[in-house]
Amino acid sequence: MAYATNVGVVTVIATEGLTKRYPRVTALDRLTVDIKTGVTGLVGANGAGKSTLIKILLGLSPATEGGAKVLGLDVATEGAAIRAGVGYMPEHDCLPPDVSATELVVHMARMSGMPPTAARERTADTLRHVGLYEERYRPIGGYSTGMKQRVKLAQALVHDPKLVLLDEPTNGLDPVGRDEMLGLIRRVHTDFGISVLVTSHLLGELERTSDHIVVIDGGTLLRADSTSDFTQATAALAVEVTDSEEQLLEKLTAAGLTAHSDGRLLLVDIAGDETYDTVRDAVAELGVGLVRMEQRRHRIAEIFRGESHDSAA
Amino acid sequence: MTAQPDVTPDVIHDIGYRHYDGPRLGRAYARRSLYSQSLRGAYGLGRSAKSKVLPMILFAVMCAPAAIIVAVAIGTSMTKLPVEYTRYAIIMQAVISLFLAAQAPQSVSLDLRFKVTPLYFSRPIERIDYVAAKFAALATALFALTAIPVAILYVGALLAKFDFGSQTAGFAKALVAELLLSLLYAGLGLLIAALTPRRGFGVAAIIAVFTLSYGAVSSVQAVASVQGNPGAIGWLGLFSPITLIDGVQTWWLGSTSSYVDAAGPDSALAGVVFLVVLLAVIGGSFGLLMRRYRKVGLS
Repeated sequence: MAYATNVGVVTVIATEGLTKRYPRVTALDRLTVDIKTGVTGLVGANGAGKSTLIKILLGLSPATEGGAKVLGLDVATEGAAIRAGVGYMPEHDCLPPDVSATELVVHMARMSGMPPTAARERTADTLRHVGLYEERYRPIGGYSTGMKQRVKLAQALVHDPKLVLLDEPTNGLDPVGRDEMLGLIRRVHTDFGISVLVTSHLLGELERTSDHIVVIDGGTLLRADSTSDFTQATAALAVEVTDSEEQLLEKLTAAGLTAHSDGRLLLVDIAGDETYDTVRDAVAELGVGLVRMEQRRHRIAEIFRGESHDSAA
Repeated sequence: MTAQPDVTPDVIHDIGYRHYDGPRLGRAYARRSLYSQSLRGAYGLGRSAKSKVLPMILFAVMCAPAAIIVAVAIGTSMTKLPVEYTRYAIIMQAVISLFLAAQAPQSVSLDLRFKVTPLYFSRPIERIDYVAAKFAALATALFALTAIPVAILYVGALLAKFDFGSQTAGFAKALVAELLLSLLYAGLGLLIAALTPRRGFGVAAIIAVFTLSYGAVSSVQAVASVQGNPGAIGWLGLFSPITLIDGVQTWWLGSTSSYVDAAGPDSALAGVVFLVVLLAVIGGSFGLLMRRYRKVGLS
């Protein structure tokens, strides 16, 4: 993958035995994880400790035990310096309805210490980058959920941070809005050069966006890996044809592919780009209709389940 | 010339992401920015036309009597203003309370209701910066509301060629009193407003606290007057914001009390108690606001 050859890879977040206990619940339990530059997906069910981790990383909530460094700065003592170089997009609504996106983002840029002129220029740039144009002068109260999410992202980016922490940025979006937001998040790293930590409780949606995936559950680290490691084992192509599934299975096996049937679907392990050609040719030779051919979704979900069983065993 | 057309598909790079390497001005600048934004907001500046209406009307209502008094003073042959400088804010207290009731919730309730505070606290500024900026901004807005009409009176008095020394002394005293009043009102108003994310509740609660406490204190003072107990009249003044200010300025600044029978704090001890209580309420409301925002944090 691209990040492996990227010479700029450094650790942006490092936690060491990070523990956070509340009177009745342990939100984080000896979490040790290293997060590099790039897009990192932080996956966990609701209550897994994602938001607690973000609060600690911003230096706003002290750890009970252990420690963490963000951009090389200690969360316990250098919170203000961390927050100067980090952007944060909250999970919930956080936008006043009576001001325009421009006014809000300019104000927030100034709260990050940007001089007035720079704040206005950066606001105009950032809002355009997240895809808000003429509507940015209208009060936020009239925006759609997708537009509001963009404003929230813009205020996290306006001061040109080195890292942004995005808490459930796809929450409340419809499938199209979700894809657009994920594409935007990808661009934050590839085009803007800003590292991203993005949380989600939906396991499937982060795999296309993230270079790395960190899975936490009950405040403990379940797995941290690059996305390719996660998906390699089960990278599969689901093929559905109108007829003759068995002959197709034989043909594919004969062509050296690993495949098995799953109901009406054939699951073919992807050995490389040529796999698609092999499948297409085999289907064409049989003369049957190809209903669909798609990469299987929720692969991470399967791994996640597998890991849970392993760790439980 | 190299092949220029190659550049065309890359047009997006012209509007591509640019990093910022200019100055970052830190907490003090952010605090000042929040202060000026909140101060302007108190008069509806930088906000919708609708939000300018009420503060501007109240400001005009505060200034109008002063302008009329000045016109009369210059037009007739008075030798001094018909109203003491320090008395002006007491007379106009209902307008000041209305302004506070409208603008204190505007300043803090919206941030709480729409959970904007996480956007502040995820930046380098700290809780104390936020609270101090909001407090100072509202106090400044109130000071402008109370001091500008008094300044109109003062300018009018000078134009009418009243005695310069005594007029200036009276004006200076009024400024001190109004500074204290602004701090007291801003502290209490913000504290009440910050308790509820609902602006309507905040408005109602501030009006209730200020008018009910004044009403209660005045009526009990009237009872004390009937029963011939001037000492009690003075002490009762501690229990409402405007009578607290009145007591302090009567004792410390030598103005005429507007209490029943003009009975201000009846001794030096009483005067000191008034001043201490006033300062304690201002400091206490700041401390309680800080506590209130400790809970708000990121959630």
